[in-house]
Amino acid sequence: MDLLQGTIGFKRRFKNRLFSVSCVIAAAIALLFFLLILFFLIKNGMTHLNLTLFTQDTPAPQQAGGLRNAIIGSIMVSGLGIIIAAPLGILIATFLANFSGKGRLAKTVRFVNDVLLSTPSIVIGLFAYSLCVRPFGHFSAFAGAVALAMIALPMITRSSEDVLYLVPSMLEESAVAMGIARWRITFKIVYRVVSSGLITGSLLAFARISGETAPLLFTALNNNFTTLSFLKPVATLPVVIYQFALSPYKDWQNIAWAGALLITVAILLLNLFARFLARK
Amino acid sequence: MRHSSSHIKFKRFLDGDDFFKFIIRGLAILLVILFVFLLVYLIRLSLPNIKHSGFSFLWSQNWSPAQNQFGALPAIIGTLVTAIISIIIAVPISIGSAVLITHMLVKHRKTARVIARLIELLAGIPSIIYGMWGLFFLVPFLQTHIQPGLINRFGSVPVLKFFLGGLPLGIGIFTAGLVLAIMIIPLISSMMRDIISSVPKELIESTYSIGATRWEVIRHVVIPYIRAGLLGSVILGFGRALGETMAVTFVIGNSHQLFTALFMPGTTISATIANEFTEATGHIYPAALIELGLILFVITFIIISLSRYLLHHTKIKGRI
Repeated sequence: MDLLQGTIGFKRRFKNRLFSVSCVIAAAIALLFFLLILFFLIKNGMTHLNLTLFTQDTPAPQQAGGLRNAIIGSIMVSGLGIIIAAPLGILIATFLANFSGKGRLAKTVRFVNDVLLSTPSIVIGLFAYSLCVRPFGHFSAFAGAVALAMIALPMITRSSEDVLYLVPSMLEESAVAMGIARWRITFKIVYRVVSSGLITGSLLAFARISGETAPLLFTALNNNFTTLSFLKPVATLPVVIYQFALSPYKDWQNIAWAGALLITVAILLLNLFARFLARK
Repeated sequence: MRHSSSHIKFKRFLDGDDFFKFIIRGLAILLVILFVFLLVYLIRLSLPNIKHSGFSFLWSQNWSPAQNQFGALPAIIGTLVTAIISIIIAVPISIGSAVLITHMLVKHRKTARVIARLIELLAGIPSIIYGMWGLFFLVPFLQTHIQPGLINRFGSVPVLKFFLGGLPLGIGIFTAGLVLAIMIIPLISSMMRDIISSVPKELIESTYSIGATRWEVIRHVVIPYIRAGLLGSVILGFGRALGETMAVTFVIGNSHQLFTALFMPGTTISATIANEFTEATGHIYPAALIELGLILFVITFIIISLSRYLLHHTKIKGRI
């Protein structure tokens, strides 16, 4: 080895070193950003984290309060969003992976799905607004859930399709040979084999939409009180954080930091859990 | 007798595959219809402004809702410039970390996996957190430590003042581009990792075996092999940066002035919509904002089609 290295000219070795070192620096910069954001978030959020966050609604400026309405609202809106999107996404993926072959429809659907996957969330928000807010004349949690479902749907379709290809075709073929209807095979065998993969995809989509702000600004809007109605506007964590962080009031900013820490930790844990599930 | 046979037929239809196929096929078609609806709705709702402003909407730079004058140029330019800045910053960092993970830590798979995982976690952080971090950490940092020196030194040099001129406000086009870069690094680097890993081992090993250095392997074997895929992933990252809203809204300054220098405040399409849509009253103002959304949608549509074409090209190449 040493002998070989000795034959490498100085210029070549220098170039190689330079390249290797810049790769290390590049990765270090990426990690540095991650740590900086996390550190800053924990530093600012920790000091304002307390139990009243969960027991009180968002306050008026200069008053004490919490984030109860926003936490409940976020769970409602993201929850309904994923309940709408997950079954649809998995069924569409089943069509793409197992029932369409290489048809033109499948190609079109995949293309449209990719486009929707990259469509800016604010554009989805505008669409949900014109679909679910404008005709009814008022903002609602339901409209927010529709917007989030439209963001989650292409994600779930894509990840589920990838997962469904992992099912051994022998398994399906032997079931077909026994004369079982294919829809029964799909539900009783295929989904069971890859259940953890399907759940992972949906969990990742859930994590993603629970942090979305832009599509909720003009669909779910905001609300200073706790509500469980899907027909009324609701507060959601990201929207409240946005409103409070940009306000001039120190109390509001503090609550925003606590909320930011809360939602980031929740989303990162969800991400880790989903990946843990995927590895099993 | 007749009745029962049709009943049995119906039962068979429900129990057989035809019904299931019918449903999932219908859902797949529904997805396409949803997409068409999206386009139609955006066009229909922006009609009042299309009639009012015409094509000059695209190149007029005057945005004054009070006088019903709407020009999208500052927002369009702002969107493109911030996305370009983010790509310039993010691509080298992404390539570097992807090479480190795939090619340099061969003996330390665990370390490589931890680094990859940490960078991936960066993608999980909601964009609003990037915005807050940008506003409360990055903005004061740039304002006090970076910008004054640069502006003093280069702010009046010909050519360079275009890049490094402006005011030491902290907020502005450059800051937005930097925050966007941090946001798209995980996306681009994880795609690049996958693409780099798709290069056949035999090709790489045989190049090492004739005495090539790592740099030479990457430069002359890996990169030529995956050129289209690399470009595709960069374009996809660009598309993501174009549409990002919240992080930009926090740090760009939201001012409808045409781009003059990197350190000046500006706006983007998405930031404009986020800021103004709920307050937009009247007939034409909301339509103008929705037309901005339509423009953004069309731009991302083109970008995604392009990157899909390029990425697909690599996939096929990778299989051979």
